[in-house]
Amino acid sequence: MRKRFLAAVAALLLGGSFASGASAADKLKVGFIYLGPVGDLGWTYQHELARQALVKEFGDKIETTYLENVSEGPDAERSIEQLVRAGNKLIFTTSFGYMDPTLKVAKKYPNVHFEHATGFKHDKNMSIYNGRFYEGRYIQGVIAGKMSKAGVLGYIGSFPIPEVIMGINATMLGAQTVNPNIKVKIIWVNTWFDPGKEADAAKALLDQGADIIMQHTDSPAAMQVASERGKLAFGQDSEMIKFGPKTQLTSIMDNWAPYYIARVKAELDGKWKEEDTWGGLKSKMVVMAPYTNMPDDVKKLAMDTEGAIIDGKLFPFKCPVIGQDGKEVECKGGTRLDDGQVLGMNFYVKGVDDKIPGK
Amino acid sequence: MQLVLEKRAERSNTIALVSPLIAIGLTIVTMSILFVILGKNPISALIVYFIDPLTDAYSLQEIAVKASPLVMIAIGLSLCYLANAWNIGAEGQFLIGAVAGSWLAVKTQGTDAGFWVLPAMLLLGAVAGALYALIPAICKVRFGASEILTSLMLVYVADLLLDYLVRGPWRDPAGFNFPTTAEFDPVATVPILVEGGRLHLGAIITLLIVAAAAVLLGRTIKGFEIRVVGAAPRAARFGGFNANQLILLTFAVSGALAGLAGIIEVAGPVGHLQPGISPGYGFTAIIVAFLGRLNPIGILIAGLFLALTFIGGEQAQIAMKIPLDVTKVFQGILLFYVLACDSLILYRFRLVFASRQVSSGTG
Repeated sequence: MRKRFLAAVAALLLGGSFASGASAADKLKVGFIYLGPVGDLGWTYQHELARQALVKEFGDKIETTYLENVSEGPDAERSIEQLVRAGNKLIFTTSFGYMDPTLKVAKKYPNVHFEHATGFKHDKNMSIYNGRFYEGRYIQGVIAGKMSKAGVLGYIGSFPIPEVIMGINATMLGAQTVNPNIKVKIIWVNTWFDPGKEADAAKALLDQGADIIMQHTDSPAAMQVASERGKLAFGQDSEMIKFGPKTQLTSIMDNWAPYYIARVKAELDGKWKEEDTWGGLKSKMVVMAPYTNMPDDVKKLAMDTEGAIIDGKLFPFKCPVIGQDGKEVECKGGTRLDDGQVLGMNFYVKGVDDKIPGK
Repeated sequence: MQLVLEKRAERSNTIALVSPLIAIGLTIVTMSILFVILGKNPISALIVYFIDPLTDAYSLQEIAVKASPLVMIAIGLSLCYLANAWNIGAEGQFLIGAVAGSWLAVKTQGTDAGFWVLPAMLLLGAVAGALYALIPAICKVRFGASEILTSLMLVYVADLLLDYLVRGPWRDPAGFNFPTTAEFDPVATVPILVEGGRLHLGAIITLLIVAAAAVLLGRTIKGFEIRVVGAAPRAARFGGFNANQLILLTFAVSGALAGLAGIIEVAGPVGHLQPGISPGYGFTAIIVAFLGRLNPIGILIAGLFLALTFIGGEQAQIAMKIPLDVTKVFQGILLFYVLACDSLILYRFRLVFASRQVSSGTG
C-alpha cells in the first residue's frame, strides 16, 4: 500500500521538471568513508580536515564526497560500493574494520583506486596507509614518567588490537627510561568513540590513583574529566588543548593531509599505483602538539626524544625488548623489532601489570 | 473551545487503512520544510530518498539485503508480542546464532567438508538462537523474572562472548591478531542469487518465513491461541490454553528466527565472524514489528520501507551532501507520525465548545 502510494507520488513529482545537478564529467571524484561523525573532534575529524585540505589544494579539479558514521559491519561494503557507483575514482576508507569490505569492492571494480587506513590487506588497486603513532606514544611515555607524582598512569584502551597494544608498550618503554618503576592501569572501553564511557573510564582510573590520563579513544571527554579534577592528560588524534588548557601535556595528531594530497595528485597525473605507507614523525603523518603544562627540562627532554626519533637515532622498539614474562622478545629486525612484529604485536612489555583481554 | 482526544466506540477500520498514508504524507511535508531550511530542493531530495533507490536493480538488491534480517527477526518478535511475551533481546539471539553457526564454519575451514556445511550452519544458528531465547522464557515461567530485563541483559552477554571468541580461540591465524575469523570457505557461504550482486539466499528464506507466519496466524489453531492469550488472557485460560507453554514456544521461535538471521548475515554479506556484525538489527526489528502492526505482510512492507530510508539516506549523502543526521531525523519523524496517526484508530479528535472539560484518554 505504501509502495503504491509512493509510486503515485513518484509519478506526480517526476511529472514536474527535475534537473539533476550535472557536474563536470572531467572532475576527479574522490570519496571518503568515515567511522564517526565529522564532528567527533578526533579520528574522523582529522580525516575530514585532510579532505578539506584537498578541496583547498585542488579546487575545481576534484569533487569530494563523504559518508559518515558508517559502521564496520555488513553495511560498509554497500556504502563503499555506493561511492563507486556515484562515480568516485579514488576512495579512502578510513578505519581498520573497512578492510575486507574495501577489498571485496576493489576486486569488483578494478578501475577504481582504493586507499585503506590502518589495515594490512592490499591489492593492485588498493593501497594501505597508517601512521606510526607509537613514536608519539614513546615521547608521551617519557613525559608521563617525568610528570607523574604517583608513578601511576591511567590508560583508556579502545580494543585490544595490535595498534593499541603497541601504543601501551611504547608508552611504557618511554616511561621506563626515566622512571623504571612506573605503573600503568588500563581500562578497555570496547569502543573508539563514546564520550560517556570514555569519561567514566577516566574517572575510574583517577579514583584508582592514576594522575595522568592517556587514551586510545577519540573524544576529548577524558581530557575534560582530568581537567575538572586538576590532573594531567594527553590529547588524542587532534589538538585538544581547548578542552584542557591547564591539562594537556601534548597530543599525538594525525596529519593525513600531505598523504591525501600526494595520492590525489598521483591520481590526477595518472601515476597512482598501489603502495604500503607507514609514516611517522619524520614524514609528518604523525605530529606532536606543542609541549605544554610541563617544566622546561621535561619539555627539552621531550623535544630531544622527538628529534632523535626523527633523525633515526632512536627506535621505540629497539632490542632488547623484554616481555611481560621476563623473557627477551625475538629480535627479527636486527637492532629493533621489525615492522611485522610491531604490526602484529600481541604481548605486553615488562612492567605492564595487566593481561591482554581474550589472550 | 477546546480540541480533545476521545475514545471511539469501536476501532475505525477506515483510519486503520489510511493512517500510514497520512503519516507518510505528513512526513513528506515536514521533511520538505526541513530540506528548504537546509537550502536543498525538497523535490529532488525526496526523489533521491524514495524514488531513485527503487529505479535500479542494484539498489533494489541492497534494499532486500538490508530488509531481510530485519523482517526475519521482526516476524519472530511479532509472535512474542502478540502473545504478550516481551522479547527485547533479539539482538543477543542474533549474535548467538551467528556464533553457533560460525563454529562449524571455523572447524571445517580448509577441510574437504562438502555441501552439508551451510545447511548445518543454518540449523545450528536457529537452534542456538532458540535455546538462548529460552533462558529468559524459562526464568519468566519458573521464577516470574521480567523477560524484558533478562532478555535485554543477555544481549551484552552474547556480545562479549562473540568478542572473546574472535579475539581468542577463533582468531584468524594469518590476521595479525586482529579480531576476526578467517574468511569462510565457499561451502560455508550463503549463495548469491544474482551474479556480481549481493542479493543472497537469505531473501528467499525471509519470504518463506513471512508466508509461513501468515499461514500460522491466519489459518491454524496455534495462531489463534497466540492471539487469544495475548488479547484476552483470562478468556484463554478458560479456553484451556496454557499461557506459560506459549511463552516458551514464542520465545523459542523468535530466538530461532533471530539466530537464523544472524548466521545468514555472517555467512552471507559479511563472510566471516567479527565484532560489530549487527548494526542493531535486533533492536531495529522491534520498530519494524510494530510499524508492521505485528502482521506478517505488514512487517514485510515495513522492513522494506525502513531499508529504503537507509539506502535513500546514503544516496542523499552522496548525491546531495545531505548529512546523515537528517536521515535519522527523517526516520524519527516517520515513526512519530505513524504512531501518532495510529492513535486515531482508537481515538478521534473532537471540538468541545462547552466550558466543562471532558476527560479523555491519551494516545
